[in-house]
Amino acid sequence: MKLAEALQTVIPFLGEALVVHANGFISRESFNLEDRLGNFYMIGSMGLASSIALGVALHKPERRVVVFDGDGNVLMNLGSLALISALQPRNLVHVVFDNEAYGSTGNQRTISGQVALEEIARAAGYAKAQRVDTAAALHTAAPEFLSQPGPSLLLVKIEPDTEERHIGRITHEPTQIAARFMEAISK
Amino acid sequence: MVTGTHFLTMLRDAGFDFFTGVPCSLVKSLIATLEERGGYIPETREDAAVGLAAGAYMAGKFPVVIMQNSGLGVCVNALASLSLMYHFPCLLLVTWRGYQGKDAPEHLIMGDISPTLLETLHIPHRVLNTETVNEAIAWAAGVLNQTKKPVALLLPPGVMQ
Repeated sequence: MKLAEALQTVIPFLGEALVVHANGFISRESFNLEDRLGNFYMIGSMGLASSIALGVALHKPERRVVVFDGDGNVLMNLGSLALISALQPRNLVHVVFDNEAYGSTGNQRTISGQVALEEIARAAGYAKAQRVDTAAALHTAAPEFLSQPGPSLLLVKIEPDTEERHIGRITHEPTQIAARFMEAISK
Repeated sequence: MVTGTHFLTMLRDAGFDFFTGVPCSLVKSLIATLEERGGYIPETREDAAVGLAAGAYMAGKFPVVIMQNSGLGVCVNALASLSLMYHFPCLLLVTWRGYQGKDAPEHLIMGDISPTLLETLHIPHRVLNTETVNEAIAWAAGVLNQTKKPVALLLPPGVMQ
């Protein structure tokens, strides 16, 4: 399964969820598939998507808050798994698209092939953590994770995009991304 | 000298209602008060605290990020490519270790460059002193509301009890 297929599998189950996207191809692919008003595209500050999402989730407990994260991003901010576990926001779902590579810089390998990120989340204290390897398994797991209490982490193993493929950048200005997302939060 | 309790009252009166960060001994009374009253989130790194504050702001909060100036180095990219770029306001309460070159060796270089680092990032800042704390907090809140970008207050030793 490639990132686009994984996203296409999860997106229909999002409903009104607020989704904080990690930088790089995760933001760009999702933006090009479906530019939801409740999408926040973090285009810089690698590693911080889960921190931003936690800040939202703590103050909007009635809303489902989802992180579309990557393995490189999670590895850059492992402390966030610890803080999420310590605070236990029940409305937070952490979806990690794990291609074992830094996709937007040329697929240099990360260490998530040797280190199971879902096990780290489970050990830290996430209420639920699971790994899926196929689109069929993701199709079953996504609605469960998006409807059950968290904090939960769904690790989605994907293949890196090896062929040269143009994925358009986010065309909104950063301040516009923030304003739209804040409007979606206040609805 | 200002007590942590009084400092917190001044922050709350200026509208600040979300507190996170990484501690420093120079603000231990403020963090002790915050912990007593609940609602302080002990972050693991200063850049993660800046990210947390960004999320809290988008959910309607007016955030303060507490850190030692060593943490200012940690969060440079978060400030540049998150807070400053998206216009996410947060008050950076930065303790000034290495102030006037008198401190343990690990604080001297960062102590020397802390104001310059903030200037390089175009982050407006003031240095706190006991007499003008309230005025500085009010100034910071005003600039945050106007610019929607981070503002820093540098806290040297001897200001907070």
